[in-house]
Amino acid sequence: MTSTKKDKLIIIIAGLVIGVIAASLVLFGNPKNMGFCIACFLRDTAGGLGLHRAAPVQYIRPEIIGIVLGAMLCAFAKKEFSPRGGSAPMTRFVLAFFAMVGCLMFLGCPFRMILRLAGGDLNALVGFVGFVAGILVGVVFLKNGFSLKRTYKMNTGEGLALPIIEVIIFALLLAAPAFIFFSEEGAGPGAMHANVWISLFAGLVVGALAQRTRLCMVGGIRDVVLFKESRLLLGFAAILVAAFVTNLVLGFVNFGFTEQPVAFNDGLWNFLGLFLVGFACCLLGGCPLRQLVMSGEGNTDSAIVVIGLMVGAAFCHNFGLASSGEGPTAAGKIAVIIGIVVVAVIGAINTARKEA
Amino acid sequence: MIDARGLSCPQPVIMVANALKSGEAEYTVMVDAVTPKENVTRYAESHGYAVSVAEADGEYTLTLKK
Repeated sequence: MTSTKKDKLIIIIAGLVIGVIAASLVLFGNPKNMGFCIACFLRDTAGGLGLHRAAPVQYIRPEIIGIVLGAMLCAFAKKEFSPRGGSAPMTRFVLAFFAMVGCLMFLGCPFRMILRLAGGDLNALVGFVGFVAGILVGVVFLKNGFSLKRTYKMNTGEGLALPIIEVIIFALLLAAPAFIFFSEEGAGPGAMHANVWISLFAGLVVGALAQRTRLCMVGGIRDVVLFKESRLLLGFAAILVAAFVTNLVLGFVNFGFTEQPVAFNDGLWNFLGLFLVGFACCLLGGCPLRQLVMSGEGNTDSAIVVIGLMVGAAFCHNFGLASSGEGPTAAGKIAVIIGIVVVAVIGAINTARKEA
Repeated sequence: MIDARGLSCPQPVIMVANALKSGEAEYTVMVDAVTPKENVTRYAESHGYAVSVAEADGEYTLTLKK
């Protein structure tokens, strides 16, 4: 029992540190309630690389690079770096693609959902209800034997591919050649960012802590429902509390549904956006943050998920699927509905009724 | 004998949870990553089993005893 209590204490401390870091990044220049957002930052990075041309959201985010590399360094130090893959990569790619469609409907990944709540954005509460509902549907599939089948050991080069790509992307950020896009001052969220090294350092710390604790927003709710296991949820709660208190100290809290930063006030689509995220990520086995961390541990299935999220983000902005502060788009609504159907079909065809 | 090698969480824990329903005194579980090793151990211990772990070549054999 003591080891269980110790595990819980560790994840609470890690969550508190992550919450303070996330809220503080806003002070250093990141957009409001967006100290961290894996979806937004992958989207910005896709824009920085020119995969989409939405001028307000183009910047290579060092936080993403830091999370992958921080998790990788921690995994090496603990001899947990383990290149593996081969568990339905294309299916994972599609799930990730639509998870991003859901994130960019809501305007945030589950991590940002917590940070929005911590800033008083009550739309995130509606999103949270959708997120939980999506996970509950995913859990039904898991209970009935949903599986993307097993992974296999891969060689070290395969496991290092995504971390190496992250290093190259970081070099592109520093070198800033002409083919890399940066949102111009005042153009939008992409222009709002902390100093490169502060962002990288924050990412490294969060990546390392998330690797050690297996922190996952989807896992938090899923494990409580499936196993009555509250450890991951405590990490989730600790981030919320720490970010809320830090926001109070910094004067960033503004309770309400309207005039929230990078958010809109349409309950149905906030709900359905995160419903899709919860459902897809439950089948993927982890939230976008957890996927970054696992890709740092050498999991190439998670690396494919990261690529799927980035491609999804590029599509969202190339085809007008992403919401803005003004609200959702008609095309985005259609994409979310298609996404829910596709994820349900993937769930059904990969669920083998377990033998009694 | 539960072979959960290659599977990622929560699947190994679901397999163990389903198996424990039969209430036997001893189970053997094979996993090949640290996270499922920890999660299966945590689940089994919280359900009254003592867990011992043997590692060989990156694979873990967990013995669960009531």
